Amino acid sequence: MNRDQLSFVRHDMLPEAEPPVTEKGIVKWLRENLFSSVSNTVLTLAAIWAVYYLVSASGPWLINGVWDTSSLSQCREVLQGQVGGCFSVLTERWNQLLFGFKYPTHLYWRPALAFVLLFVALAPVLFSKIFPRKMLVLTGLYPFIAFYLIWGGTILTPIFALLGIVLGFLVYRKLIYQSAAMGLLGGVATAFVFWILTGMLGDTVAGVLALEPVASRDMGGFMLNLMLGVVCVSLSLPLGILLALGRQSTMPIIKVICVVFIEFIRGVPLITLLFVANVVLAYFLPPGTNFDLILRVIIMITMFASAYIAEVIRGGLAALPRGQYEAGDSLGLDYAQSMQFIILPQALKISIPGIVNVAVGLFKDTTLVSVISMFDLVGMVRGPILASTAWNGVYWELFGFSALLFFVVCYGISQYSQWLERQLQTDHH
Amino acid sequence: MKKTVFFGALTAAGLAAGMASAATLDDVKAKGFLQCGVTTGLVGFAAPDANGEWTGFDVGVCRAVAAAIFGDPTAVKFTPTTGKTRFTALASGEVDMLARNTTWTFSRDVDLKFEFNGVNYYDGQGFMIPKNLGVTSAKELDGATVCIQTGTTTELNLADFFRKNNISYEPVPIETNAEGNQQYLAGACDAYTTDASGLASTRATFENPQDHVILPEIISKEPLGPLVRHGDHEWGDVVRWTLNALIAAEELGVTSANVDELAKGTNNPEVNRLLGTEGNLGEMLGLSGDWAVNAIKAGGNYGELFETHIGENTPIGLARGLNAQWTDGGLLYSPPFR
Amino acid sequence: MSAITDPPPKSFRLSMLVNDTRYRSYTFQFIALVLLIMLVSYLGANLVQNLADQGQNISYGFLGEPAGYDINQRPIPYENQDTHMRAAFVGVLNTLIVAFLGCLTATIIGVFAGVARLSQNWIVRKLMAIYVEAFRNVPVLIWILIIYTVMTAAMPAPNAFRGDTPAASMVLDAVAFTNRGVYVPAPIWGEGSMIVVLVFLASIAGAIYYRRYATKLLYDTGRLLPMGWPSLAILFVPTLLIFFILGQPISLDYPVLKGFNFGGGLHIRGSLIALWFALAVYTGAFIAENVRAGIQAVSHGQTEAAASLGLRPSRIMNLVVLPQALRVIIPPVISQYLNLTKNSSLAIAVGYMDVTGTLGGITLNQTGRAIETILLLMLFYLAISLAISGVMNAYNNAIKLKER
Repeated sequence: MNRDQLSFVRHDMLPEAEPPVTEKGIVKWLRENLFSSVSNTVLTLAAIWAVYYLVSASGPWLINGVWDTSSLSQCREVLQGQVGGCFSVLTERWNQLLFGFKYPTHLYWRPALAFVLLFVALAPVLFSKIFPRKMLVLTGLYPFIAFYLIWGGTILTPIFALLGIVLGFLVYRKLIYQSAAMGLLGGVATAFVFWILTGMLGDTVAGVLALEPVASRDMGGFMLNLMLGVVCVSLSLPLGILLALGRQSTMPIIKVICVVFIEFIRGVPLITLLFVANVVLAYFLPPGTNFDLILRVIIMITMFASAYIAEVIRGGLAALPRGQYEAGDSLGLDYAQSMQFIILPQALKISIPGIVNVAVGLFKDTTLVSVISMFDLVGMVRGPILASTAWNGVYWELFGFSALLFFVVCYGISQYSQWLERQLQTDHH
Repeated sequence: MKKTVFFGALTAAGLAAGMASAATLDDVKAKGFLQCGVTTGLVGFAAPDANGEWTGFDVGVCRAVAAAIFGDPTAVKFTPTTGKTRFTALASGEVDMLARNTTWTFSRDVDLKFEFNGVNYYDGQGFMIPKNLGVTSAKELDGATVCIQTGTTTELNLADFFRKNNISYEPVPIETNAEGNQQYLAGACDAYTTDASGLASTRATFENPQDHVILPEIISKEPLGPLVRHGDHEWGDVVRWTLNALIAAEELGVTSANVDELAKGTNNPEVNRLLGTEGNLGEMLGLSGDWAVNAIKAGGNYGELFETHIGENTPIGLARGLNAQWTDGGLLYSPPFR
Repeated sequence: MSAITDPPPKSFRLSMLVNDTRYRSYTFQFIALVLLIMLVSYLGANLVQNLADQGQNISYGFLGEPAGYDINQRPIPYENQDTHMRAAFVGVLNTLIVAFLGCLTATIIGVFAGVARLSQNWIVRKLMAIYVEAFRNVPVLIWILIIYTVMTAAMPAPNAFRGDTPAASMVLDAVAFTNRGVYVPAPIWGEGSMIVVLVFLASIAGAIYYRRYATKLLYDTGRLLPMGWPSLAILFVPTLLIFFILGQPISLDYPVLKGFNFGGGLHIRGSLIALWFALAVYTGAFIAENVRAGIQAVSHGQTEAAASLGLRPSRIMNLVVLPQALRVIIPPVISQYLNLTKNSSLAIAVGYMDVTGTLGGITLNQTGRAIETILLLMLFYLAISLAISGVMNAYNNAIKLKER
């Protein structure tokens, strides 16, 4: 017998024991997350009750839903007193909810195509790393294509508009070497002269490659919300940048103008601005002119959005270290150059999440146009559909559908914004 | 000119100088269509049908005016307006005429500076209540909750009525007729008040119209008529006499069915003058000689319009009442065409 | 040795206005000013021309004329023969009422949801995330309409309370939920009720003083006085004593069904509730995000440092985390208040008679004075906004980190 035999030496590892049942798997998770203390347990039970209540209330309503009747009373007949949604209002009126009640039915493909193209146009902007920069050309062309598709009319209108901008840009490039201000002035002036000249062609070219024209008054439904949102946000971006620069400027008069404008617009509710568009703006235009309500609304919403975007960009400008401004100066760049090449690219990058927030807020606010008798999605629901004999009293289905549409779009945008924020963060390690 | 929005905005300044606001008729002729302000939707008077086409009694007046000018009742575009926006829309030139059951009042005519071109419907404000409430007179409505459309004369009449009878009520202001429907049907108000014709039209859209009654009291005079901007008398005359032509046509027995026949000439000089086979009334208005023929053909004479859209054989089911010809004891009385 | 001299000053040339940075800013400002003046005078001239064409003028005389319409919710006495001015003022008060109630409720909801989003409890966390995302991403107008529909379409009509076996009944015989709003008992201020109120106010002051004293004693001597029970006692015991000694001067007026509606009690209208709750839950979702961000902005090291000093978790929250988080939370929350106040103008969608409904609604419709009324409306909202941002700036200055 030797010591070796007496002593116990383990030669292999002890097999891992199962953790106690309370410390593993679902039980552990439940304990830690749901029942860690008395108050927590109470909270959990309350929350479970809330979920149960919601599901038990909406579950049968969703499952028993009726999709193929043509009026509420038929719906009720089918349901025979059971709880159930009358979703047939959606299947019957989907086109009115999406396009408004006046947009010609056989032309629905045009706004739909414009909507699809919107993604093509936005892709290179939103995912600049995936798509080649050259696709930005599409983005630039998109407004003109979309205008042609949605409003119809001769193709020359958007082409002339585009040519005017191109011409203006060329003149700007020529004059920019003398001075930035000259370039800007010259460019804008050229574009306007070109537009006024081509505008005089008027009737004579109305038939060239014309799509059936649709008046702005005929647009409605969710399409109108999307249009207002997209148009106003894209128009307000450049305006907002100018306003933000103006507000940061050292020139007192320009600064005062910008501050007053921004603070005034931010101080009043959008609805008062829409009232202005609706009932006051006409007084300030030359006698006899009147342009479309939709255009007046676009002007006011654009002003509204640009003030908010200006504040976001001002935040971005202020967040840049002083050294960046000084760096620009020390390189001998003039104001326009240092803004264009040094300050704005950085400031805008910081401001993107804020701008996206403003955009989402603005898109939601486009529903306010229903208050001034425009038939956007909410306007369609509150007006023609709920007023019709067939669907008088179908609230939840319609409001739920509207809420869902907005939720999908807005949630999508805000998720994108968060994704983008993470992308931007990884840039500086 | 087919103005697109785009050019419209850009060339607005340039065009503006040329468009004096005084000559609406010329403007309308130049743009090729009539822009008519109507309600956002009141079945029977003006409401878009399932295809988005506007139809109704007020719409009929617009179409008649368009037909009188262009010979084409479809040369008209409709702008839906609310109580709030209608006057600005007219004043600013967004619409050329307003046919939106608008009450002719002193202050609207004199202070707001509009020109009313006659009356196409003599109305009065009434109350609608659910039958099971058991109320038979508006004076029993003490303490009731009343739904009322804002921005109309009804609001002021209501305040006056309850004040005069020294009873109290709770007003629930609503913006459009559609919302009024919902509130009333949901029982959020005991009574709904607006012009009696509007009540009838609203009731017609209910699932069970027989469960609701319109109380006998008519608490106000509401002469509803088309109106135009103040100061443009030529244009005002076109609208006024188109309406009169429709009324006179009924009186003279001219209908959309026989108007073509009668336009070849009759032995009634007044019919001949109206239909342009005698005299030159059309030219005096700045229109073609057969203006009235076109106006009548558009939707028929006054009586036909009434019967098609709001008469007793429609769901609205309004009796002629005050809106009968003077020869039948009503108030419709067109000045003579000579 | 030659001194360095400045280059000889060049005489002024016109081109220097554009090319010389010393003058250029003047040139630009001059151009901007001229453009602005041109724009304003162009618009002004158009306005004058348009008004002249239509034979109208700008006049505020209508404010002194009888309004002629009735308002359902009147915080101050008003009847239809009062002036438009007074009607507008009633509207202003109604706006302030809904804004105040909305801000208060939104803060409560927002703080609760914001803290709950950081809770240990998985299901609560997820529920709050759903709440925040659902409300942030759907327009407030839709929420207002939905809640208004709940109020009007889903609640029983006053009729349902009638009869021997009513379809609906009042809660505790005191509160009635109807589709016209909620009726709650209203206090009746009888003889001597002022004394009770004064005593109660004095008790509040007393309770605050006691807490101060206790804190001071703790810091000075280390003696710990109980806080909770004594301050509750100070708050309520004297008031209740006085209340009963004076013979219950404040009683409650219960709503009872009479005629078409409930009479008596306090009538909180469906439109107010819809607007109030919709604004509160909508804004609450934004405030929740602000609160969460504020708490997360306090670095974890602070919590750990406090813990290593031996503070209890509740003290860590109260003494270390919250004071720092509030600095981050309060500014955005104040701007949410501002948004809520502005959004209250959506009252028009549910017929709540706020200032947009009276001045910008019925008065505008009845008088046709579009320019005047909308200008007044904008000035009112502008004044509120400036006041709120004034408060915000003052607060920001007060809490600015004092760097020495």
